[in-house]
Amino acid sequence: MFRSNVLVCGGTGCTSSNSEQIIDKLNEEIKAQGLDKEVNVIRTGCFGLCALGPIMVVYPEGAFYSRVTVEDVPEIVSEHLLKGRIVTRLLYQETVVDDNTTKSLNETKFYAKQMRIALRNCGVINPELIDEYIAQDGYAALGKVLTEMTPQQVIQTMLDSGLRGRGGAGFPTGLKWKFAAANPADQKYACCNADEGDPGAFMDRSVLEGDPHSVLEAMAIAGYAIGATQGYIYIRAEYPIAVKRLQIAIDQAREYGLLGKNIFDSGFDFDIDIRLGAGAFVCGEETALMTSIEGKRGEPRVRPPFPALKGLFGKPTVLNNVETYANIPQIILKGADWFRSIGTEKSPGTKVFALGGKITNTGLVEVPMGTTLREVVEDIGGGVPDGHTFKAAQTGGPSGGCIPASLIDTPIDYDNLIAIGSMMGSGGLIVMDETTCMVDIAKFFLEFTVDESCGKCTPCRVGTKRLLEILDKITRGNGTLEDIDKLEELCYYIKENSLCGLGQTAPNPVLSTLKYYRDEYEAHVTEHRCPAGACKALTNFHIEAAKCKGCTLCARNCPVGAISGKVKEAHVIDTEKCIKCGVCMEKCKFNAVVKK
Amino acid sequence: MQKRISSLPFHDTAEQAQKLDEVINGLKGQAGAVMPALHQAQDIYGYLPLEVQKKIADGLDVPLEEVYGVSTFYSQFSLTPKGRNHISVCLGTACYVKGSDKLLDRITQKLGIQPEECTEDGLFSLTACRCIGACGLAPVLMINEDVYGRLAPEDVDGILDKYRE
Repeated sequence: MFRSNVLVCGGTGCTSSNSEQIIDKLNEEIKAQGLDKEVNVIRTGCFGLCALGPIMVVYPEGAFYSRVTVEDVPEIVSEHLLKGRIVTRLLYQETVVDDNTTKSLNETKFYAKQMRIALRNCGVINPELIDEYIAQDGYAALGKVLTEMTPQQVIQTMLDSGLRGRGGAGFPTGLKWKFAAANPADQKYACCNADEGDPGAFMDRSVLEGDPHSVLEAMAIAGYAIGATQGYIYIRAEYPIAVKRLQIAIDQAREYGLLGKNIFDSGFDFDIDIRLGAGAFVCGEETALMTSIEGKRGEPRVRPPFPALKGLFGKPTVLNNVETYANIPQIILKGADWFRSIGTEKSPGTKVFALGGKITNTGLVEVPMGTTLREVVEDIGGGVPDGHTFKAAQTGGPSGGCIPASLIDTPIDYDNLIAIGSMMGSGGLIVMDETTCMVDIAKFFLEFTVDESCGKCTPCRVGTKRLLEILDKITRGNGTLEDIDKLEELCYYIKENSLCGLGQTAPNPVLSTLKYYRDEYEAHVTEHRCPAGACKALTNFHIEAAKCKGCTLCARNCPVGAISGKVKEAHVIDTEKCIKCGVCMEKCKFNAVVKK
Repeated sequence: MQKRISSLPFHDTAEQAQKLDEVINGLKGQAGAVMPALHQAQDIYGYLPLEVQKKIADGLDVPLEEVYGVSTFYSQFSLTPKGRNHISVCLGTACYVKGSDKLLDRITQKLGIQPEECTEDGLFSLTACRCIGACGLAPVLMINEDVYGRLAPEDVDGILDKYRE
């Protein structure tokens, strides 16, 4: 037993800001102080509050240190771990009550409204030790399923729970399993979609980095329910830490007999292999993903036949998302009624969101379905920083749309988001303020889909390209009102005629911004003006002579030498040379640089 | 996505060739072996020259056009060699909203190259990538394995200088 446990976040965000070096330094200092028999350092998964990373939590006190640097480590060891004095200056300020006491993390605004089911073990256990997962009731659900339940009972529990796919479309998981179970075959597959392609969404990565066994356990449960003996996890190669921990988890589970032959002496065999993706957004679509596991170009194919009948290698297959799987062991252990008691009637349970963009607390949050956007953005997310105002939240990535400020009180669930022209998607939630141009954002997403369209069907391959061209024309100030109508018409055509989900949803960013921000499109066209000041072709930088003190700071920082003027005299920007990078505006201490 | 194809002559070492043979032999006969083979070949050579793709096609008994079809389909596979220092600027949504396009502009100006290009001295190559998942640190860029987050455009100069030494 250790008297003190130091948890350090080892997720991708915190690792990027040196949490590995912090762990090394901690171990070194603890040893130097002779505390290595008393204090244990654990590298955990993501705590969620990435904005404050690297994060360190010391138990039993529960002291939550944020933005820790390697240089802070000796002080934490000598003051806190040796002398028992919490280093107040490094604490997350919200947890500080008075000088030397802290309140629980769960009482802070960021965590208070959260409810963690899929993320329950993230930031709590060491993901590289199977024993820590088992100590948190890990593999108990698989044991229960294999020894006490028939496959039909498992499927019934999933149907009763009302769990819907967390990858985006929200199809009932139990129904998927029921279809696959009903098709007899010599070989079936239970697969996991960890090809988290939506830019700005990283919940699946965090689950795999922080709690990989929960996914393995749930896949084995799915295998038992449908009669599969082999599983594949298709994961992005861009997630090296997640891939490594997943492989460690698979090896440990095999060693413990929790994967492989005759699991729990029940006669049930199930094994899992990893397949690496190679950076193709379309592979998040289920038929494309399976084609890619087969080692081919990841192009989608026509459905039906659905994967439940003809999936991977032509055999019946279920494919579920990482977050969906992470919910399943808890549903088995606590029952369908418990799960239904959380969230809304049509969307039970919780959803994980990745908060990003112009928001104070960037990071991962898990809230019951039906929580309003306002609660997520203002209470949990801490609102928009730097005195800016909330303009819109974008959900669903390149397949989704924007939720305008006027709808901020919408309770978030699958059906409400569809009704207002967006979609849940995998759960990326990007906050935008008044400096974001909605036409530019639509163009940004179309650039993405044009790049990522696989080219198999014409409406998507050619249609998205035409959409992008029209948007580009508008952002350059060359558009006409007729272009806006054409844009809208083409969107509906692409939606109706594309082969797979990528094309069918690609126009959503355009349609939803047109729905709520048509006036911005029109301003670009009729006034040749970008109201947000974001579109470069329509914006020029000027120096207001009355405000300019002639400090020369802008001229010294201009990368192209477009600013001239003498010391203590007003400066001038040569708009011919100016590349509109905005450095002068950021540097000016007197707000003399303006966009026009 | 349009792929650039290298026009540089291909050279490999005996050690690289041997490693590739081992990879191919290990995957022979497996279903869906092309992608794992390309992944591992790229680890060995840093990119996928046509000669290497031919070897994989012959070794796995798969038509070359199928291997080529796969290598050009996925953005992770590179058909051009990378510079000694490879820069990826994240243009995921969270980074874009926080101005990562300005980081990219600054780098293209500083180095005089566009994305998917390499500087003449072979010191830097550049790509614009989609989300490395460090959205909490937006805007970010990555040089080799090092991630730099919470950046402003003017930070770029100092970061690049570190790799010139």
